[in-house]
Amino acid sequence: MYGCSNLMYCISEHAPHSSLQEIMKWNGWGYSDTKFLFNKKGQAEFTGKRYKLSGMIIPALKEWMEGTFGTNMQHKSLATPALTRTAVQPPTLNEAFVEELKSTGVPFSHDAEDRVFRAHGHCLHEIFALREGKVGRVPDLVVWPNCHNDVVKIVELACKHNVCLIPYGGGTSVSSALECPQEETRSIVSVDTSQMNRILWIDEKNLTAHMEAGIVGQDLERLLNESGYCTGHEPDSMEFSSLGGWVATRASGMKKNIYGNIEDLVIHVKMVTPQGVVEKSCQGPRMSTGPDIHHFIMGSEGTLGVVTEVTMKIRPMPEYQKYGSVVFPNFEQGVACLREVARQRCAPASIRLMDNEQFKFGHALKPQVSSMFTSFLEGLKKFYITKFKGFDPDCLCVATLLFEGNREKVLQHEKQVYDIAAKFGGLAAGEDNGQRGYMLTFVIAYLRDLGMDYYVIGESFETSVPWDRVLDICRNVKARIIRECKDKGVQFQPFSTCRVTQTYDAGACVYFYFAFNYRGLSDPVHMFEEVEHAAREEILANGGSLSHHHGVGKLRKAWMRETVSDVGMGMLKSVKDYVDPNNIFGNGNLL
Amino acid sequence: METKVDEDEHLRGSLYFSPQTMTSTDSGRVKNEEEFVDVLEELMHSGDLGHALRTFSPSPYNGGPPCSAADLPKAVLESQYLRYVVQEIATEKALSLEEVREEASVILEEMSQKLQMGFIRLMAYMLSKVLKRILTGIHVNTEGLNALKQAVQESPVILLPNHRSYLDFLVISYVMFTYDIPVPVIAAGMALSKMRVVGEIISRSGAFFIRRAIGSDKLYWAVLSEYVKTIVRKGFAPVEFYVEGLRSRTLKSLMPKLGMMHMVLEPFFKGEVYDVTLVPVSLSYDRVLEEFLLAQELLGIPKPKESTTGLLKARKVLQEDYGSMHVNFGRPMSVRHLCRGKINRGQYNLVPRDLPQKPSGEVQACVSWLAHLMVRMQEEGALISPWSLMASLLLQAPAAALTEHGLPWHQLAERTLRLRKLALDFGAHLNWPGKVPEQEVMSSAAALHHSLVRLQAGRVHLVQGEEDEREDPRRPEEDVTKAAVPMLMLACYRNQCLHVFVRPALLAVAIHVTKSVQRDELFAFFCFLRDLFANEFISIPGESSQDFEEACVLLRTCGAVHTSEQEVTVSDVGLEVLPFLQDLLQPFIDSYQVMFRYLCKDGVHVVSEKQFVPAVRNLATKLILSGELHTHEALSSDMQKNVFSALRRLETLTQLKASELNEYRVNKAAVGQISDILCGRIPPQSLQTTPDAKL
Repeated sequence: MYGCSNLMYCISEHAPHSSLQEIMKWNGWGYSDTKFLFNKKGQAEFTGKRYKLSGMIIPALKEWMEGTFGTNMQHKSLATPALTRTAVQPPTLNEAFVEELKSTGVPFSHDAEDRVFRAHGHCLHEIFALREGKVGRVPDLVVWPNCHNDVVKIVELACKHNVCLIPYGGGTSVSSALECPQEETRSIVSVDTSQMNRILWIDEKNLTAHMEAGIVGQDLERLLNESGYCTGHEPDSMEFSSLGGWVATRASGMKKNIYGNIEDLVIHVKMVTPQGVVEKSCQGPRMSTGPDIHHFIMGSEGTLGVVTEVTMKIRPMPEYQKYGSVVFPNFEQGVACLREVARQRCAPASIRLMDNEQFKFGHALKPQVSSMFTSFLEGLKKFYITKFKGFDPDCLCVATLLFEGNREKVLQHEKQVYDIAAKFGGLAAGEDNGQRGYMLTFVIAYLRDLGMDYYVIGESFETSVPWDRVLDICRNVKARIIRECKDKGVQFQPFSTCRVTQTYDAGACVYFYFAFNYRGLSDPVHMFEEVEHAAREEILANGGSLSHHHGVGKLRKAWMRETVSDVGMGMLKSVKDYVDPNNIFGNGNLL
Repeated sequence: METKVDEDEHLRGSLYFSPQTMTSTDSGRVKNEEEFVDVLEELMHSGDLGHALRTFSPSPYNGGPPCSAADLPKAVLESQYLRYVVQEIATEKALSLEEVREEASVILEEMSQKLQMGFIRLMAYMLSKVLKRILTGIHVNTEGLNALKQAVQESPVILLPNHRSYLDFLVISYVMFTYDIPVPVIAAGMALSKMRVVGEIISRSGAFFIRRAIGSDKLYWAVLSEYVKTIVRKGFAPVEFYVEGLRSRTLKSLMPKLGMMHMVLEPFFKGEVYDVTLVPVSLSYDRVLEEFLLAQELLGIPKPKESTTGLLKARKVLQEDYGSMHVNFGRPMSVRHLCRGKINRGQYNLVPRDLPQKPSGEVQACVSWLAHLMVRMQEEGALISPWSLMASLLLQAPAAALTEHGLPWHQLAERTLRLRKLALDFGAHLNWPGKVPEQEVMSSAAALHHSLVRLQAGRVHLVQGEEDEREDPRRPEEDVTKAAVPMLMLACYRNQCLHVFVRPALLAVAIHVTKSVQRDELFAFFCFLRDLFANEFISIPGESSQDFEEACVLLRTCGAVHTSEQEVTVSDVGLEVLPFLQDLLQPFIDSYQVMFRYLCKDGVHVVSEKQFVPAVRNLATKLILSGELHTHEALSSDMQKNVFSALRRLETLTQLKASELNEYRVNKAAVGQISDILCGRIPPQSLQTTPDAKL
């Protein structure tokens, strides 16, 4: 163990001013300037200028929160405003490593804030601890490679000096993947790829583009758009998550129906491992050359190496986009409609079905358009009585749609989908409702921080499941959450809701949200984790997968063996043992 | 916050002691805190017609739209499961799909209930009239009713009553109608549907019919199970069936049947419903309407076919007083909770859930465990009448005392009071009116059973059947049968309280036979008895050590034994208590020995149940006449069949493969060995039994 006093003079060696770290919250979701709050008049407001909802008043949110969680504006549970540096353990530095690193010229830092920023993802327990000012094991050093070769040097040095490396992309993990293993005694170095953010080339003849893996989703799309292209890969986290992170976790995008998931989009990957660089020799669109080595890389969750460069398919930007929505009398009908859409293979770019609770939630987030304001429930009543006679407001649910492509085809496609919906009692409910649904995707993550100011904690989790089990899994998992909370003494019934967010030929991806008021509970995080664990058990018992796209990380790794069988586990282990025998990539995920 | 351990202990406790009533187990005193209301008395206020026409608006499960009775068969016929089965059968039997489908819809038509509110009301009206006439009260526990009302709204509910009388399901539906709880869909025996008018009424009151011997009729089985599962999945109404399968002719619990149980549980195992709630229901009769028929049936006097005219002839029955009855709705039990750690629901993940499949060993074991548990819960919920205690004591009196000079009343009364204390020590649920003088309770119990006993000059006499008018002298064998009728009736009433004493009694027998104080030796013998008598006394598979422990605790509680880590020793009090407990089981032991003796006779090598029953009856009759056998229970066909099943289970009877007559080869050596162990001649070896449920 080396003390750090002798290194104090070089707290950061040319550390780049990581643009994102500057403008993002250290203990919550997203941009520092953007958040929900209750203003002096007691109305909910969304601050900042970045989103459509920014700067608007959301009149019904307060009532919805009080009604759904039993929150009280007087009872606050505010976060510690700033990081106390003394709460951060001094870094354990491997001096020889640091010395050699200096000679490579790769910037690094062991500043407390830099280290804490890269020590977590966005699991509830991680954010909860930060808000309380508690910091556990954090990386001892952060390095910012600028290119593939920098990474090669870092990995070589790490192997030479037995230093533990944890690759870091956008930090949006929700699987405890970025948490430093408690038992790790070596110096831990966070490899932040954010400086590797260039598009290296665009191949218009083959419609591919080659990027450095640190590029963040929104930048990638923006830059490609400038040339008239897009990847079409839009995970909900795309504002912050990175290309390398997508590859390492097997990410899925909202518009996968047109563009595919990450495994369909990737043409070529370069990854730096302790054994050297792994990559394929050509860019053939499909190969029969034994098991696809890309599939050792995709989903490896940082346990084998650092993804440095990726070649991806690109598409011309769509000529026309149209949102839409359909209201169904109940969730069963809605699922039946989605199933039929999948059967006919005519799913739009995106189709999502929200259950009744989420439908109401969506309504609670309607911004104030005029000064006239009626209560949330009254508004809801008015909405459906005028438009959807005979639908029970406590049963109906809504599907949001996004069509993309050539205008004529979009309109044709739209008609086909609405015709199917009509067979299941679905009524078109307008473009606005659809568009707002998708906008909320980006905004909803900010809402958890507001909840946490008022004793509400929550989380989302996902699964994929065969079609015939979709309804059963939705009902059972939601019921399980409610029952577990009740048994554990939660006073107010939790918010337990789901949506079907992706359709496939043989099944669907289901997203669950769950949140509750923890006032009066002695150890809310522990209780929360127990409920989350029970919910996952329920998912597995009902034929759902361990994860559709969030990954396993450390949060779900207890179930890995039963998920892939003993032999499957052995296969993965033997790859790890060959590629990284000294566990340099020691984040402890997956296996 | 309740930890898991607490929950398990809670569960454990509930297995053995009815948690609603048991307030203290250590002191041995049970306070009956439960409130019962008399439905008939309530009726006085509303009037029969007013009652029948009352507003009936129960809140069903899910608050969902009620699925009409007509939608059910359609859903069943269109189910994927049935399509698979129809396909399979069509292929096997080389029939067209249409033919098999047609056959399925005929079965469904025959089976379906046709619930109509009008008929429920008609039934309610008729039942009000009848029940008021024959019963002095129908006591229902309000707490159970309220819990049921709540449970029905939360998940599909399965009502599991014990089956002691034809009245059982009528009374339950009647009570539920009265208390605004959805009227259950009832699995009824096919025989009832053949009764012209009655069959129709029953089906319109929500019963569906199942054939008795389904055996290997694959299509029938498939239609029935899909029908039942559809009702559960839709939460259409509570499903009610007799987990014992049949009406108990001995008033003693029967070994549960697993078919229906599996059907109602499967929707939970497969995740089609979040949970299923089991509600054991204990019906206890002061006097059973069918009492006379019971003994006749047990003695092989054929029972009249269930027919409408037969029912009308039963009018005589309606002129009698049958005292009161208790309907005790048990605490609703969550299958999800009960099955925690017992079932891996993920086992259905890799094949379509609709695919017909044999249930896994794990599932079978779990279903069996739950079924046995439900029978235990029914027993625990039963109310023991003073008469049942008296009957137990009467059976222990010398036969001559009862039939000839009579038993002094004061002696019976005094012993009954002592037995009452023992029953309370053992946690029994007694139906002993507190405000009436004790003597009066007992004399009115005797009066209610005037068909069985007569009080004369301070002595109790057993009523022998009416004197035959026939002149010619009867054969002595006929006398035996005649004398057996009241004895078997007494035995039936004794059986009502047998479950209270049975575990300590098994231990008492073990102590007596082994003459040992060593815990492990006693335990071995206890297990031997428990296994051998598994068809007589229902116990939960795999829980022999818990049962043994319970027996020890209860005997210690009443002061009969001292227990230590290694030893169980008899105390002074035990010298009084233990003989009673041994005597309670003596008829069973003696009868079993008679049957073993028959099987060990020369010339007996291959038997079928059909020939076993009369042959054993002959032997027993001879032994009774010669004074060698002191119990008439060996004549009971129920016990004879139980011995047969026990020996089959212990694999001392093995089925002949070639035989079409269900014939079995007797392993004489093994039978002899069991007999020797039972009388203490050789120490018990672990008998070969079907493997215990994996738990």
